[in-house]
Amino acid sequence: MATNLLLAVSLQGVLQQIVFGLATGGLYASLALALVLIYRAMETLNFAQGEMATFTTFIAWSLLTYLHLPYWLVFPVTVALAVAGGVLVERVIIRPVERAPVITLVLVTIGLFAVFNGLSGLIWGYVVRPFPSPLPTSPVFVGGVGISYQDLGLIGVSTVVLVLLWLFFSRTRIGLMMRSAALYPQTSRLLGVRVGWMLALGWGLAAGVGAVSGMLVAPITVLDPNMMQSVLLYAFTAAVLGGIDSPLGAVVGGLLVGVLLALVGTYIPHAEDLRLAFGLVVIVVVLVFKPGGLFGHAHVERV
Amino acid sequence: MALLELDNVTASYGSIKVLHGISLTVDEGSVVAMLGANGAGKTTTLRAISGMVKVSGGIRFGGKSIAGLAPEAVARQRIAHVPEGRGMLAQLTVLENLQMGACLRRDREEVKRDLDRVFGYFPWMPDRAGQTAALLSGGEQQMLAIARGLMMRPRLLLLDEPSLGLAPTVVRSIFEIIARINREEGVTILLVEQNARVALRAAVRAYVLEVGEIAVSGSGNDLARNESVRRSYLGY
Repeated sequence: MATNLLLAVSLQGVLQQIVFGLATGGLYASLALALVLIYRAMETLNFAQGEMATFTTFIAWSLLTYLHLPYWLVFPVTVALAVAGGVLVERVIIRPVERAPVITLVLVTIGLFAVFNGLSGLIWGYVVRPFPSPLPTSPVFVGGVGISYQDLGLIGVSTVVLVLLWLFFSRTRIGLMMRSAALYPQTSRLLGVRVGWMLALGWGLAAGVGAVSGMLVAPITVLDPNMMQSVLLYAFTAAVLGGIDSPLGAVVGGLLVGVLLALVGTYIPHAEDLRLAFGLVVIVVVLVFKPGGLFGHAHVERV
Repeated sequence: MALLELDNVTASYGSIKVLHGISLTVDEGSVVAMLGANGAGKTTTLRAISGMVKVSGGIRFGGKSIAGLAPEAVARQRIAHVPEGRGMLAQLTVLENLQMGACLRRDREEVKRDLDRVFGYFPWMPDRAGQTAALLSGGEQQMLAIARGLMMRPRLLLLDEPSLGLAPTVVRSIFEIIARINREEGVTILLVEQNARVALRAAVRAYVLEVGEIAVSGSGNDLARNESVRRSYLGY
């Protein structure tokens, strides 16, 4: 009887941690999606993705605070501004180095990281600010396991973004042109595609998805210029785990990383301090044993 | 009426000059062939027309200069270039390859009709529309590349070695389709070939390139009877 009770309690505890993990995983998933979008467009990682997201979240905060616009208006307006901003960044900063080696591109995105981080600090200051959540934090209980509406929203939004992206890339003309331009730039140009603009659009989409991610993160961590930095690391982990070129992988990877971190943090003593290291360990393990990740294409090249 | 005119076109890759002043004319509605050995500049000539290499000299299409335009701008003039190696969008499906051919067009109904017409030329295609292009055989890929070009509803079709690496029977059926496209669609065709025998049979006019210059030109029949052409390119 006593052991049964203990089992029931711990099982429920594990389930509860899994649910918490899925919710945080939704945060990682949304930023991982943005990373994957850039990777698919130009086979590089955008280290500035998190800082761009923070910057756009500050814009959302300003719209809410100074213009007193309602949240449901601010959300789409911010995403639209982010898309435009992403396109602009690609056209102005990435375009001159488009054909440069990957290492150059990576360094440029690291530079962008510093620029956006500095801009956020310069404009809005290094003060911690609350950011509203559209959903209440009151929980619902399913079989004794609690989850807040806000957490449900985190999982839901990442899933919706994934489905929208999938529809966009598989069902629309522009989506097809973007895929073709990313994979086969030469042939695509011969078919009349403006490849450079497709790339810019990829940056725009990624920035838009990043803005969504920032607005999800901010109510949970509070808004400050550095809020996305640890999220970015876990998003990298998620993207690598899922397969760096797979949007589905990004979401599944994000949720998995969230759950793993929650379980590790709860059940391994002192592991709370090792969470960041844990992310890096996952990256190394995946790259060594399954470089293509769960859903990605392993990169094979004839030399 | 000349649809395409090249006037003393030169082109270089870095410091190496590959085209030393090519002049040629492609009449509207005709099939013109460019023959020559490897490295003679045939592919470069097509790439020059498409804006894929920097050129000097004049390139006029439908009376307008297209020299110096970017490849995507040339494509928008409705010049379809089936490049060397077929330019498969290998990870995309057969249908997506065809849709990419029509990706700039807004006349949806017409695109649908063109798709049916293209399927008429290549009856095997509808059944395999959902497969990735990478799974097609070499001959099927060549046909898909031509079909994709047709989806652009081109005024001029540039074909770079449509016979390359294909079995003789496949080459024959591809050239039959090329002839039909020219006849039934009225599409003007400029093709590059090493297989002079089939090319000369298909072409009303042909140019022979040697190290970046035009060595001989004339009607397909004349060249087929020209002794030096026969010896160098036809092997009898």
